[in-house]
Amino acid sequence: MKHHPTSAKFPSNARTALADPVLQGALRNLKKGFPVKRAEVVADLPEFEALRDVARDIKDHTLNHLDAYLEIYEANVVRSGGQVHWARTAEEACETVMTICRDAGARIVTKGKSMVAEEIGLNAYLDTRGIERVETDLGEYIIQLRDEPPSHIIVPAVHVTKEQIGETFRAAHNGLDPNRDLSEAREITDEARDRLRQKFFAAEVGITGANFLVAENGSSIIVTNEGNGDLTQTLAKVHIVIASLEKLVPTMEDAMAVLRLLARSSTGQEFSVYTTVSNGPRRPADLDGPESYHVVLVDNGRTAMLGTENQEMLRCIRCAACMNHCPVYSAVGGHAYGWVYPGPMGAVLTPSLIGIENSGHLPHASTFCGQCEQVCPMKIPLTKMMRYYRNQAYASGHGSKISRIALGMWSYLATHPGLYRRVMKIVARGLRWFSGRRGSLSHVPLAGGWTEMRDLPAPEGETFMERYRRERGWGPGQ
Amino acid sequence: MPEIQLRVAERPPIKVGLFVTCLVDLFRPSVGFAALDLLERAGCVVEVPVGQTCCGQPAYNSGDPQAAQAVAHGLLDAFEGYDYVVVPSGSCAGMISQHLAELFADDPEKQHRARHLGARTHELVSFLVDILGVTTLSARFEGEVAYHDACSGLRELGIKSQPRCLLAGVEGLVLKELKEPEVCCGFGGTFCVKYPQISDAMVSNKLRDIEAAGAGTVLAGDLGCLINMAGKASRSGSKVEFRHIAEVLVGTGGTPAIGRSNR
Amino acid sequence: MGAWAMSAAREQIISGIRKALGRGPLDETGLAPIRQRLKGHSRHIIPARVNLDAEGLVELFISKARGVSATVEAVADMAAVPQAVARYLTQENLPARLVQAPGLADMDWSLAPTIAARSGLAEEPDEVGLTPAVAGVAETGTLLLTSGPETPTTLNFVPPTHIVVLRRDQIVGAYEDAWDRLRVNTLLAGRQPRAANFITGPSRTGDIEQKIQIGVHGPLRLHIVIVEC
Repeated sequence: MKHHPTSAKFPSNARTALADPVLQGALRNLKKGFPVKRAEVVADLPEFEALRDVARDIKDHTLNHLDAYLEIYEANVVRSGGQVHWARTAEEACETVMTICRDAGARIVTKGKSMVAEEIGLNAYLDTRGIERVETDLGEYIIQLRDEPPSHIIVPAVHVTKEQIGETFRAAHNGLDPNRDLSEAREITDEARDRLRQKFFAAEVGITGANFLVAENGSSIIVTNEGNGDLTQTLAKVHIVIASLEKLVPTMEDAMAVLRLLARSSTGQEFSVYTTVSNGPRRPADLDGPESYHVVLVDNGRTAMLGTENQEMLRCIRCAACMNHCPVYSAVGGHAYGWVYPGPMGAVLTPSLIGIENSGHLPHASTFCGQCEQVCPMKIPLTKMMRYYRNQAYASGHGSKISRIALGMWSYLATHPGLYRRVMKIVARGLRWFSGRRGSLSHVPLAGGWTEMRDLPAPEGETFMERYRRERGWGPGQ
Repeated sequence: MPEIQLRVAERPPIKVGLFVTCLVDLFRPSVGFAALDLLERAGCVVEVPVGQTCCGQPAYNSGDPQAAQAVAHGLLDAFEGYDYVVVPSGSCAGMISQHLAELFADDPEKQHRARHLGARTHELVSFLVDILGVTTLSARFEGEVAYHDACSGLRELGIKSQPRCLLAGVEGLVLKELKEPEVCCGFGGTFCVKYPQISDAMVSNKLRDIEAAGAGTVLAGDLGCLINMAGKASRSGSKVEFRHIAEVLVGTGGTPAIGRSNR
Repeated sequence: MGAWAMSAAREQIISGIRKALGRGPLDETGLAPIRQRLKGHSRHIIPARVNLDAEGLVELFISKARGVSATVEAVADMAAVPQAVARYLTQENLPARLVQAPGLADMDWSLAPTIAARSGLAEEPDEVGLTPAVAGVAETGTLLLTSGPETPTTLNFVPPTHIVVLRRDQIVGAYEDAWDRLRVNTLLAGRQPRAANFITGPSRTGDIEQKIQIGVHGPLRLHIVIVEC
């Protein structure tokens, strides 16, 4: 089923998420895992900080010469026996993949995890055109069976408990003893392995994403822990790589520099179990491997980000460090963000790709604590980019009338110091008077957003400027 | 008057402009007076320009850079001519020192002034420790205290060790580190009223951390965070008290904690 | 999607990139540093942890590989491998049967007569695969294996137990060192292998409540036999 963006409903999505005890438990688990492991492995690599600068520079250089590197990359893919297809839009990319599948007579298509495939809606596209699509990453397989969108870009089923997975398998896997034990992770993974094994061998087409595309030799690199990407691409007759333009790096050495940051930032491993460099179809004397190798290069809004204040977002390597460390993500989880990309990177990428008018809440749903930027391996200035989208949202009229009026009033006062001082005096007095003998107020007119959840501490009653004038006379500038 | 030991020898008096911030002005002037006190005891000559209002951060972070420019322009005018500008708030000091120049990117003359102002602007505690070389104060505060690392001060200005360094010298004060002192308290300016349930979840986490640490008082360098946490504590019946670190460093003098009453 | 439409897409994307970057196509002067960068493929920062002598690198490799749940043993020479494999299979209660890469066809199984070894591709019922490697990367205990007529990739992934024969002199410090070896092989063979697998431990997932589960689609066991000479 196609999942339409619900980013515009972020506030109600968030409320639902906060009230969901299962989700909250899963998010607490997440907080204890990846961030802790990341801190350990980062401490173990003294070169980590310096590598962040290197990685940023590699990507910036590549983006600033993207046309040249893409042409060289394409030539090398062709030289290795592969084919390159260019897709401007999501629709074009889906059509291209479908054409390749039809030409291959594909009935079963195995698929490794690919965020860009989610982004372009490839899953629903294949599903509605007679293809039996089989997700092979365990997390993706689980959400495929549950017909849910991913809630995290690395662990897409993080919101699902072990019990729920067991139930899902029981409902979906026919022909097995309904009373079998699925209470242990071992049993669940063994069952998934068995079911998916058959599909790996039966599939005519295997689709993977790419963590990197390497211009030097026309290779694609995927990074997995399960080995599903390798079985997907090796056993099928046709291997399709679907990747957006900015995955490109010039050389293998460039890829390796960034790879040193990727797993560490993502899951807190030093290196993922399988880092695979694929180069074209099987060679004439090879005993296995796909007969054809296709790369579908997807634009879908990337070139629109180049040369703008948004270009730095194209450095993103989809590691998820930002969301793993984000206190807002930790409170509401990924589904609240309403589309493919959650957390801080989603707050920037979503408006970039589906428009600020459909996602105005996302860049606002941040306290700008800055933790995301601290952990981003590619040094993307995420808060600056969220502010850029707040500017866009404000300019296009997003946001409540009341908040615009309040902001307007505040700005007017703040640009008229004499009036400001008089008004602040009155407010301080007033709030103090309302509080009576208590130190705090539990209700304040026009401040329901605050007092719904908290008391408002009462002011001291006099403003600083009043008391200063009283004790010391006028300051300079009167 | 208590002595303040300086790391370096006597120097000609430094002329400081004190920017108290809108929250201090409205809610808690004693923080501003504590800042004044600390700076004067450290040998500074302090003025409080009367044209000051707000640093422009609310408009800047709400997506209205024009309004932010208009508001911040007042700062450029009011704080001309000081050796330093000192602010008892990491987030306002961060706004001025890290963002003002970028805000005026389309106006070279104002940007130049903004750069100049930004370069001279410091948050209070880091000014005392990093610039003036203050190592200890003769202050006294009985009790177990936790320090909350407000986000802007921590990540934009690198304020981490300086407050702990000064608190270590406060007699009677026992510092208890929170398990997660660096996690955001959920204030975030307008965030807490735009997304109150999320903010509530974050501040509730923070309060749980504080309770678990067993601290009776929580200090921070930012009044926004403190008002947010104190307000939640009061609503949930917690006895934990909240103060600005400056108050403790000069002596609280009987002023009730934030949101509390002596009556 | 016709060829015409495809090249239209290509043209539009490339020209869109150039327009966004505010320039036209790069001329020879502009392309020279790009070609140079590709040709020179210089290394970036190599972690200091691999500044070790050969002995040190072997130790680091072993400790890192064990740290990611691979098992490692060392034997004196290739002749000792069959016995080591037989011991390992007995220890793990595995059947005394395996499929080996054709590149190991010289392995003398008469030295471990209980083992039934065949050369070829892995098929679904195969429980144990045996392959050589191109390099061992001490930095993270990572193996580099490549596809080829003598080394089918499926042997690395299909059988639940994967045993790798790694010569001591194949152990290098950093990934870059391993890839340089592959570049040499590529020059000799005339083409890069279709697949180069950097493998770090047995397969795993954290998808179930964040707890690591070993053995998902790829192997459950990775056993590395380091051959001294």
